[in-house]
Amino acid sequence: MEILIALSHGFAVALTPYNLMWATLGVTIGTAIGVLPGIGPALTVALLLPVTYSLEPTSAFIMFAGIYYGAMYGGSTTSILLNAPGESGSIVTAIDGHAMARQGRGAQALATAAIGSFIAGTLATVALTFVAPLMVKMALLFGPAEYFALMVLALTTVTAVLGSSLSRGLASLFFGLALGLVGIDLQTGQARLTFGIPELLDGIDTVVVAVGLFAIGETLFVASRHRYETEEIFALKGSKWMSREDWSRSWKPWLRGTLLGFPIGALPAGGSEIPTFLSYLVEKRLSKHPEEFGKGAIEAVAGPEAANNASAAGTLAPLLSLGLPTSATAAIMLAAFQQYGLQPGPTLFDTNPDLVWGMIASLYIGNFLLLLLNLPLVGIWVKLLVIPRPWLYAGILVFATLGAYTLNNNVIDLVVLWIIGVIGFGMRVLDVPVAPCVVGLILGPLAEQQFRRALAISQGDPMVFFTHPLSLALLVIAALLVIVPVVIRMTRGRREPEPVNSDLKT
Amino acid sequence: MRHANFRTLRHAFTAAAVAGALALGASHASAQVKGLELIAPASPGGGWDQHARAVQQVLQKLDLATGIQVVNIPGAGGTIGLAQFVTAKKRSPSLLVGGQIMVGAIVTNKSPVTLDQVTPLARLTGEYTAIVVPTDSPITSLQDILAKFKADPGSVSWGGGSAGGSDQILAGLIAKKVDIDPAKINYVATAGGGELMSSILGGHITLAMGGYNEFAPQIEGGKLRAVAVSSPERLPGVQTPTLKEQGVDIEFVNWRGVFAQGAVKASDKKQLDEMMGKMAASPEWKEILKQRGWIDQYQPADEFAAFLKNERSQIEVTLTDLGLVK
Repeated sequence: MEILIALSHGFAVALTPYNLMWATLGVTIGTAIGVLPGIGPALTVALLLPVTYSLEPTSAFIMFAGIYYGAMYGGSTTSILLNAPGESGSIVTAIDGHAMARQGRGAQALATAAIGSFIAGTLATVALTFVAPLMVKMALLFGPAEYFALMVLALTTVTAVLGSSLSRGLASLFFGLALGLVGIDLQTGQARLTFGIPELLDGIDTVVVAVGLFAIGETLFVASRHRYETEEIFALKGSKWMSREDWSRSWKPWLRGTLLGFPIGALPAGGSEIPTFLSYLVEKRLSKHPEEFGKGAIEAVAGPEAANNASAAGTLAPLLSLGLPTSATAAIMLAAFQQYGLQPGPTLFDTNPDLVWGMIASLYIGNFLLLLLNLPLVGIWVKLLVIPRPWLYAGILVFATLGAYTLNNNVIDLVVLWIIGVIGFGMRVLDVPVAPCVVGLILGPLAEQQFRRALAISQGDPMVFFTHPLSLALLVIAALLVIVPVVIRMTRGRREPEPVNSDLKT
Repeated sequence: MRHANFRTLRHAFTAAAVAGALALGASHASAQVKGLELIAPASPGGGWDQHARAVQQVLQKLDLATGIQVVNIPGAGGTIGLAQFVTAKKRSPSLLVGGQIMVGAIVTNKSPVTLDQVTPLARLTGEYTAIVVPTDSPITSLQDILAKFKADPGSVSWGGGSAGGSDQILAGLIAKKVDIDPAKINYVATAGGGELMSSILGGHITLAMGGYNEFAPQIEGGKLRAVAVSSPERLPGVQTPTLKEQGVDIEFVNWRGVFAQGAVKASDKKQLDEMMGKMAASPEWKEILKQRGWIDQYQPADEFAAFLKNERSQIEVTLTDLGLVK
């Protein structure tokens, strides 16, 4: 009850016209920077920090929270329409979202992303209100061994995106894993595969690779086919609203995505990519239409988008209750807290209830504002696809190149982007799927770090992965995810004369 | 395109700030530095970025410089930013923010440019390193750690920031003082921040090292216990004993400062040196130090240069001892 009273007080703070204005400004800026690849919420908050100095802390944080959520929303738009993910949390969305857009179902993809984000954001904010301390306790149980097991679990996602040929899929995965090795090894400080180029010391940016493979590779491919096959791209086929079937195929993924996103977002090394991978995998395994995955399944947009937004709320749990920043944006928000002389942590709820509860209330309001802002925009966004083909392709290439440059203001990133883009084009020509590469690039380095840390702490004893109950449980789930479909396929194969190999056909 | 937008935005902010300053009638334009660029060789949000933006804020408020821009060039412990700073031909004055981590990174990354090619201008702040354990750990003093470490070096997992960074260097210095090969330290590098904090709060590592302030809320909240701090004397209002008090004669400060370009003219250097001196002495700067929990370690250009020379040789030796540089 106390929480509800505190929360209603928070709404009273957030709903003043003055704070409402800052919330609106925040979500608008957030959506804009989410749409533009390269500029993330962290940079925006950093730039705005000196400007907001004269503002009331409560108003400033209401705006910052709006920017954070808004960026999550906006990130999906470029993913779906241009196949150019603006941030790593929306990479998975691009796989099926862009396929939907090409079939004239871009409006539905954007709508399921927007509504899914709204529902996930709202539910996760409710969870943040009530179970944040519990989440944080759970998060602390995660040591390197547990993280490694979680990465292994996420790595099984690869089985859902392998494509028609096992060997091609694995080749793509290993290419991604190799790319992930580039840079300074965190544990020893030694450089790997950098070829004496200092700009490569920090590794290759995931977004650069995703944009290179998805946007550049894909655009080069369709452009090269332009004269021979005229693939029809529809801006909008039929209604721009989601059909009854769309709704019934979306609502469960939204909820499951939220369930995955919030707790993993609360993990200090969880991040936003892992829940989106897991959501994709879960949806494909549970779907009645697994064959549509990769070709525009609405579940594959609904689930990961919900997971992405829920993880954003999850990140706020350790920030508010422990003062632990678990993402770049959370780190800059921590700096913002300190600018106002506030120290997040267990005492913040007691010392500054107006601020904390006002901010939590503004998250509810922000979600609502975002839905209001984004749904009407859907019709306008899909008009992008009406642009004459050559212009659109040129536009995508320019847009992707600019985005990659602004990530680090670094010319080497451009070279990497275009090399990867050309490789992506080659992969498309040879029918090698690109998604496993991205999965390998993101998860490989994370898994390696945690694996080595776990072994360093256990002084080289590999049993640590099996003696920790949480780690063991995660590894068993991962093993089941790989083995069960194979077993099902084999038994089904025995019963039916013609085996329907659903997983390998997609 | 967006880059340009942000520039315009930033100019607008700057213009607004300048207009504000003029309106207040603050104008001692005599020693004003025009079009100052501050390079933060790190991503937004990190320590160097926060320093650059704090310097920007105070210089602007005091009207010591105009048109100040912060440029982020992140990467490789600051060595990417350093390399661009050294090679770029600048028309307007340009300063690079840096610190102890950069000294180590130059060595471990085999950086083609070093601090020989820049001019130390001012040391600004420092942070003393704390060694902390979870409250329920049996370890209560530095002696407990050292006893465990001497008995079985691998059994103590030392958590801290990146390999070759300040935390690992201090661990190496401590090991050497107690006559154990620093290469035997079981150092667990993390990306710092939340990752390190959750590893130590969850009891996954034996101890964690980092700036005292980072741990302060958890120490006050009773979740972590600080067993030693690397300052020469106990920190004000803090009971934690120093390394020296516990028989390990080491003083260690993770400092941050600013550098000017290598080819800076003597007259320009003097002007910049005076500007930083005025800033460091201002109540506005002291206020920011208090807010952020940074400790004032201001040294003007000449003192800083002498300090840096000594610091660099110590760090290089320690990194070799740790086996990170061969």
